[in-house]
Amino acid sequence: MDFSLTEDRQMLSDSLTRYLREKYPMEARNAAAYAEPFHAPAHWEGLSELGALFALAPEEAGGFGGTGFDVSVVFEALGGALCPEPVLAALMASRLMTAAGEDQEALLSGAVKYAVAIGEIDAWYDVDAVATEAVASGEGHALTGRKSVVYGGQVAEKLLVAARLDGKVALFEVAAEAASVTGYGMIDGGGAAEVVLDATPGRLLIADAGTALADAVNAGIVALCSEAVGAMDALYAMTLDYLRTRKQFGVAIGQFQALQHRSVDMLTEIEQARSITIKAASELGGPEAGRYASMAKNLIGRAGRLVAEEAIQMHGGIAMTWEYPGSHYAKRLVMIDAQLGDTDYHLSRVMAA
Amino acid sequence: MDLSFTAEEQAFREEVRAFFAANLPDDIRDAVRKGGELTKDIMDRYHAILNEKGWLATTWPVEFGGPGWSPVERHIFEEEACRAYAPRIVPFGLAMLGPVLMQFGSEEQQQEYLPRILSGEDWWCQGYSEPGAGSDLASLKTRAVRDGDHYVINGQKTWTTLGQHANRIFCLVRTDPDVKPQKGISFILVDLDTPGIEMRPIKLIEGGHEVNEVFFTDVRVPVENLVGEENMGWTIAKFLLTHERTNIAGVGFSMQSLEEVKALARQVKRNGRPLIEDPLFAARVAQVEIDLEAMKITNLRMLYKAQQQGAPGPETSILKIKGTVIAQELKDLARRALGPAAAPFPGMLSANLAPAPEDAAHNAARYFNNRKTSIYGGSNEIQRNILTKTMLEL
Ligand SMILES: Cc1cc2nc3c(=O)[nH]c(=O)nc-3n(C[C@H](O)[C@H](O)[C@H](O)COP(=O)(O)OP(=O)(O)OC[C@H]3O[C@@H](n4cnc5c(N)ncnc54)[C@H](O)[C@@H]3O)c2cc1C
Repeated sequence: MDFSLTEDRQMLSDSLTRYLREKYPMEARNAAAYAEPFHAPAHWEGLSELGALFALAPEEAGGFGGTGFDVSVVFEALGGALCPEPVLAALMASRLMTAAGEDQEALLSGAVKYAVAIGEIDAWYDVDAVATEAVASGEGHALTGRKSVVYGGQVAEKLLVAARLDGKVALFEVAAEAASVTGYGMIDGGGAAEVVLDATPGRLLIADAGTALADAVNAGIVALCSEAVGAMDALYAMTLDYLRTRKQFGVAIGQFQALQHRSVDMLTEIEQARSITIKAASELGGPEAGRYASMAKNLIGRAGRLVAEEAIQMHGGIAMTWEYPGSHYAKRLVMIDAQLGDTDYHLSRVMAA
Repeated sequence: MDLSFTAEEQAFREEVRAFFAANLPDDIRDAVRKGGELTKDIMDRYHAILNEKGWLATTWPVEFGGPGWSPVERHIFEEEACRAYAPRIVPFGLAMLGPVLMQFGSEEQQQEYLPRILSGEDWWCQGYSEPGAGSDLASLKTRAVRDGDHYVINGQKTWTTLGQHANRIFCLVRTDPDVKPQKGISFILVDLDTPGIEMRPIKLIEGGHEVNEVFFTDVRVPVENLVGEENMGWTIAKFLLTHERTNIAGVGFSMQSLEEVKALARQVKRNGRPLIEDPLFAARVAQVEIDLEAMKITNLRMLYKAQQQGAPGPETSILKIKGTVIAQELKDLARRALGPAAAPFPGMLSANLAPAPEDAAHNAARYFNNRKTSIYGGSNEIQRNILTKTMLEL
C-alpha cells in the first residue's frame, strides 16, 4: 500500500500549482473567468506548455499519463486555484479520441480546443436519453438537435457531439463554425455554450459510442471530484485562517466552540471526499469505474455544498462579497454538483447497481 | 385549541387578496417573480400604492398613520402579499426607524420624519455594522464628538443595504469612549447630503449591488438629530431588534418558494421524465414541505403568545434560525431542479436561448444571495447564543 504520489506526478502537481499561484492569482482569475472569452488564452498556453493536457492521455495516444491518478493530480491543482480554463473539455475529448483511435497531437498541445456536447435540456445526465439525431447525408452525416450548457463550448473549434444514429448513440466531430454556437459566462466563472445543430455536417467517429461516452464521463467525474477536493482544501484553509484572525467580543472567533466543532465536521467531510476520489481514480478505466465514479460524485456533491455553505456562514458578511476570494470558491463548489450528474442522479445509479 | 382564523380574520384575508389582485401592477409582479434586483422605481411605486390604501406602515398605530393591525392581521397581510408576488417592503424607515421615533423621538422629530417615511420622501438606511463590529455590535468605533450645536462624526459603516437609494441614514455612534462599550453609544439621524460622507458600492457574491460602505470624515450633524438622550443608543438598538424580529420566519416567502419549486419540478425534465417524478427529488421537496407546515404553526403559536403578552419573547430566535434554514433549503431546491441550466450568469443569454425557464434564470444567483439571511439581523449563531442565555438555564 502506498498513498504517496509518484515523483513525476508530484513534480507535475508542483509545477502547475506554482504556475497558477504566481501567474494566475485571484484578480487575474476573476478578470478572465467573468469576461469574454471566459478564460485566459495566455494561461491556456502556459498550462499546455507545462504538460497539463499531455498528462491526461496515455502514451499510445501521444500523452504521458492518462490514468485516474494523472487526471486527479492535474485537476486538484486546477481546483486549488479555481482555474477557469476549459481543461475538462480537453480531458473528455481526449478520452473519446483515444477510443476512436484519432490523432490528438493538436488537442494535447493545446493548439486546437475541443468541447464535448452530450447534455440536452430534457436529458442532462443520461447519455442514453439524448434526442439529437444524425442521418446519413452524402459522404458524411447531418446532425439536428440542441446541446445545452456545453462546457468550454464558447471557445472550442471542434465539438464532439453525441447523437442518435440507427437506434444507437454515436459520436461525431462537428466544426464549431458549422453549428450555431452561443457562448456565455457562468455564475461560478468560466464559459459554456448553447449549440444548435440544424442538419449540421458531422464526421462519424464511433457508431456505437455508449462505452466510450461512459468512459469519458467517468474520467470527467474523477476530474470534477479532484477539482472539488482542491477547491475545498483552499476554502477550508481560508476559513481556518479567518477564524484565527477575525476578532469579535475581544477574542478570535475560532475560540467559539460552536465554530470549532463545525470546522472539524468540514475537515471530516473533506477527508472523506478525498478518499472516495482516490478510490474512483483508482478504478477509472476498469469494469467498476462507473459505480465508483457515481459514489464519488454523490459524496462530493454533499461535501461541496456543506463546505461552501459553512465557509460562508462562519466567515459572516465578508464571504458574501465578490471581492473576497472565498465566495468564488463557494460558488464553484456548489455548481460542480450540476456537472456530469448531481448528487441525486448518482445516488440512484449506486442504488440501481 | 382551535387552528382556524376567525370570521373577521378570514374576511380580512379576502379583502387583502382582492386588493392585490386589483392594484398590484403586472410589471411589478413579474419583476418579483423573476427574482432579479428590483429597481428603485418599482420599490417607490409599490410603496405609494400601499400608502394610498393606508396599508404601508403595517406595524404603526393609527395615530401615526398605520392601519392598527393585530399581529395576526399583519401575518395575514404578509402571507397574501407574498402570494400575490408583491415586493418586500423596504424595512429601514417603516419597520425600524418609525417605531424608534414613536418610542424615543421628540415630538418635533416625530412630526418631521414620520410623514416623510410614509410619503416616500425619505428613504432611510441602517448604519449599525462596521468592519470591526458585526456580531459584536457594541464594539463599534464610529465617533461622534460634540462641538457647539453639532456632533462631528468620523468613522466607517458597512453593509448598508440599499444605501445607494437612500437620502438618510440612522447610525449608532460612540459618544463616550471611556465607559463600558454599551454605555457610550448614541443613536443619531444623518442626512446623506451632508459634506464629508462618501458611499461606495460593495458587489455581492452573485454580482448584485445591494450593500454599500459609508465613510464619514468630519461630518457635522446638528445636535437636534440625536434620538433620545446622549449615550442611550444601546437601549434604542435593543428595542429596534425586537421590531426587526417581526415576520422573521418569512413563512409567506417560503410558501411562495415552495409553490415555485413544485411548479418548476413539474415543468423541467430529468432524463426524459418530469423531475417531480424522480423519487429522490420529490423526497427533498416533501421534506421541506413538512418543515414548513410545522413552521407555519410555530410562527402562529408565537404570534398568539405575542398577542397575549404584548411583546414577542426570546423564543422568536427559533423562528429566525429555522425560518432561514427552510428558506435556504427551498432556494437550494430551486437551483438544483435546473441541473446545468442553473449555470449561465443571469442576463447573459436572451430568454429564447437560455436553457432555464424564464422565471428561473436567477435561481442560482438567488440561492447564493440568500445565504445572507442566516448572517444578518443577528447571525444564526448569535440567535443560538440568545436562546442559550435566555431559555436553557444551564
Ligand atoms: C447582505 C447583507 C446586508 C446587510 N445589511 C445591513 C444593514 O443594512 N445595516 C447594517 O448595519 N448591517 C447590515 N448587515 C451586517 C450584518 O448585520 C452583519 O454581517 C452581521 O451582524 C454579522 O457580522 P459580521 O459579518 O461582521 O460577522 P462576524 O460577527 O465577524 O461573525 C463571523 C462568524 O462568527 C460567528 N460568531 C460571532 N460571534 C460569535 C459567538 N459569540 N459565538 C458563536 N459564533 C459567533 C458569526 O455567527 C459568524 O458565523 C448586512 C450583512 C449582509 C451580509
